[in-house]
Formats: sequence, C-alpha cells, structure tokens
Amino acid sequence: MTGLVRPAIETIQLTRRYDSLVAVDHLEFSAQAGSIFGLLGPNGAGKSTLIKMLTTLLPPSSGTAMVAGFDIVQRPADVRRNIGYVSQMLSADGDLTGYENLLISAKLYGIRGAERERRIREAFEFMDLTESAGKRVKQYSGGMIRRLEIAQSMLHRPEVLFLDEPTIGLDPVAKRSVWDRIRELRRGFGTTILMTTHDMEEADGLCDTVAILHQGHIASLGTPAALKSQAGPDATLNDVFILSTGASIDGNGEEGGAFRDVARTRRTARRLE
Amino acid sequence: MSQELAARHGAWSDTPAPVAFVLQMMVVAEADVRKLLHDPAELFTRMLQPVLWLVVFAPVFSRTRAIPTGNLRYLDFMAPGILAQSVMFGAIFYGISLIWERDQGVLHKFMVSPAPRAALVMGRALSSTIRGLFQAVLVYLIAFLMGVRLRLEPWQIAGVFLGVMFGAAIFSTFSLVAACIVKSRERFMGIGQVLTMPLFFASNAIYPLSMMPGWLKVLAKVNPLSYQVDWLRALMVNGGHSVFGLGLDLGMMALALAVFVAIATKLYPRILI
Repeated sequence: MTGLVRPAIETIQLTRRYDSLVAVDHLEFSAQAGSIFGLLGPNGAGKSTLIKMLTTLLPPSSGTAMVAGFDIVQRPADVRRNIGYVSQMLSADGDLTGYENLLISAKLYGIRGAERERRIREAFEFMDLTESAGKRVKQYSGGMIRRLEIAQSMLHRPEVLFLDEPTIGLDPVAKRSVWDRIRELRRGFGTTILMTTHDMEEADGLCDTVAILHQGHIASLGTPAALKSQAGPDATLNDVFILSTGASIDGNGEEGGAFRDVARTRRTARRLE
Repeated sequence: MSQELAARHGAWSDTPAPVAFVLQMMVVAEADVRKLLHDPAELFTRMLQPVLWLVVFAPVFSRTRAIPTGNLRYLDFMAPGILAQSVMFGAIFYGISLIWERDQGVLHKFMVSPAPRAALVMGRALSSTIRGLFQAVLVYLIAFLMGVRLRLEPWQIAGVFLGVMFGAAIFSTFSLVAACIVKSRERFMGIGQVLTMPLFFASNAIYPLSMMPGWLKVLAKVNPLSYQVDWLRALMVNGGHSVFGLGLDLGMMALALAVFVAIATKLYPRILI
C-alpha cells in the first residue's frame, strides 16, 4: 500500500523463549512500506521463530510488533486479515488442483463471485500457470508450486507478505522465475515483503534492506550495498555474513538448527524434487 | 463497499462476523470434501469393520441369546450400535490428518487466514459429519440386506442422520484435541487405539446398560457414545426405544460437542509449536 508513513512492520522488544533458550531476544527493527526486507541468519538464528510471531502463529514471550498497523498481541485477527504468508514448507495442497487451492484461499478471505474468478484467473496468468490450473498440485514442479503459493498468498491483496525461504530447494531457473514475480508484486501492488533466505545472491539482488540475525539478535542491518562497503573493499554479502555471525551461510556454522527445523527443510526439499 | 476496497481494509471487513464465521467453517469443510471427491477410496475401506460386525458377529451372538435386549432381536439391537461405532472409529482418527497437514505445511495456510480458530475446528467437524453421513447410508444398506427391521419414515431417518452428525462431530473434535496434545503421527496412532476400544466397550453399543457392573455403568453414562447409540436405537429400528430419553440424549451430545470444540479451539494453535 503506497503513501503510508508508518512502517509496515515494527518490532518492539520482541522476544521468544523456549524454556532456557532465547530464540528471539528483544528484537527492534522496522521495515518500510513497499520495501523488500531480507532476513538472513544461520539455521537456528531465530528467523522462522520471528516470522511465526509476526504472522501470529506463535505468541511472543514478551514485547510485541506492529504489522500492517496492528499489534500482533492485541489484534492478531486484524493482522491476519492484512498479511499473506508463504511458509518454508509447501503449503499448497497436493491433493487439490491448482485452481482449487486458489479457490479455497479466495473463499477463506471472503472474496466472492465474479471478483473471485477474476482474481484467480489473473493470478494464474501472472504466475504463468494458466495451463496447469486444472492439474493436481502433486503433479507440479517445485518452481510451479512456489509460484502458485505466492499467487495464493496475494489473492486478498495483503499489505504485508511474509516469505519464509521462498526459493529453498529450487533450481536456478525456477529461482529466477520466483524472484521476477516477487519484484513484480512489489511494483504492481506496493506490497511490503519480508523474506527469510539462505541465498546471498537472492538477498543481494532482491532486498532493499537486509538484517542478519544471529542467536536471536540483529548482528547487522542496512542496505546490501552499505553492509558490503562497511565490510571492506570488494566484500560480498557472504563476507558480511561471516563477519556478523562467525559462520558461513553455506553450512559451516556451528548451530545447524534444531532437529525439527532440519527435518522440515529436508521434507520441503523432497517435495520440491 | 466494493471487494477491492474491502480488501484494502482487510479480508471480511464488509461481512457481519457470524456470517463470516459460518462461511469460513464451510470453506474448511469444502477443502476436505474436494479431496475426498478426488480420492473416495477411504470411504469404502472404512466399511469393512461394520460389515464384519453385522455379518459375522451379530448372527453368531444372536444364537447365544445371552444378552437381554427386551423386545428387540439382537441384530436389531446391535445395528444402531454398529452405526455409531463405525462413525466413531472413522472420526477418532481424524486428528491424524491435522498432524499430516501440519507436517506438509498445508495447515499454516489456514492458521494465518482471518478465520477464527473456532471456525477452523468446527469446519473440520463439519467435514467429518459429511463422511459420517456417507457411512450411515452404507450401514443402512448393509443392515437392510441383513434383515434389520429399519424404520424408514423420513423424520426417523432425518433423526438418525442428526445423531450420526453429532457423533462424527463429537469424536472428530475429540480427536483434534488428542492431536494437539500428542502432536506426532506415531503417538497419535497409539493413542487412537487406546481411546477407541474403551469408548466402544464402555457404552451401550453391543450390550445394554442393565448388564453392566456398577463401575462400568458410571463410565457408560459419561460416555457420549452411549447417548448417541441410545438416540439412534430409538429412531433407527422398529421397536427401539430410548433408555435415557431423547431430550437427554440430544442435550448430552450437544454438551459433549460444545466442550470438545471449546478445548480444541484453545489447543489448536499448539499444534504448530
């Protein structure tokens, strides 16, 4: 949504504890309306926990956040009305057709009649999936499923879209196709996009602002260009990542994530194969 | 308010809350029914158990004349119990689909939607009632072929269907509660087995309350299955009557459903944590 002066997302001392583990620790940041905000971090850094809190799937232990102008603790239902979410796992239902997936989503968000059919048709055209609308999603390729899910999450024209590792497990061609659609979404609808990623190229090329999360804190925050220049001449975003976390994004970090996170990621990758 | 404008104010902002609630509930059920239509094999595989009870168990037990069933033949006495049992056995494992959908990522889509948790729970219960009705039709058919003296007046059949819907809704929401507590498919299968047999045997499904020892009678009287069987026995077979009274049967079924819906609604978000 254009013309807004308030940030689309603003966290206020946002914290989530699991027993003695502090997954997200008094986090403070904001994402400007209409921007693409990237969250980087090693497995277990707190990215998915943060995104779950911002989408109201998980209550914070303390602190709060404003999303699309609503408090996630006080007004979670209003937050849900104004956001879209594509989870790290594949949320499209493989037992339904692409059309049925979009139809169910449109109905869940109260889009009716001719308007619903128009938006579904446009979503298929936008994501280049019109030919496959009648096929069961289990027959789709990984890239097609991701594009379908993004289309699904945008049907109700949310103000803020959360993408949890949207290109995980995709081949380079499918990845670029998803990136193009994300850029077009921002351009066409002015949607604010918060995405988590492990892909440095994705963060560098797509995001206006990048936050590197480490052990529940923001270790670095800024535009990709500013972060790279602070790290030194010819530094890459991967260098920034190593400096910020002491770990490499491609798997040399010591945390590695919880068993459940790793299992989930592998499951997603298997479904995308 | 146009739907584009409504979208800018958030989904469902132009619809009264109770209407939105019912429509959201129906969407949840619709998703499930569409899947069932793509692959209806499950409905038929569920028929094996009631067929065994009615075709093998009932005729053999009828010969013993050990169970006092008043003016009813044992086959007639047992048929409503087997209908209730087959609906319960189907519904009690319904929670595993919740765990499966969570593992697949499908559940997240519903959880970030504006649909209230209670609508998600009741939508699943509604979907379970549709499966239950299908089972009822098939059990009626088998019972008819077996010579059960069925009451075929439209109001009696409508009453039976109401009882079946209550049973399916009660035990599917009970199953959702169990799923939200145990959270894994393996543990759920174990729990499902542990729950079904005591519920079945501590009820009046295959023998009357009058035969039970005191302690079992107490359990049977707090078991919702007993009230469902009692209701069905009065309405399904010629010469059948309600021991508790139809008013109490209906009241207890409604109370059980309300309690399980309330608990499942409270626990529902826990499935993702």
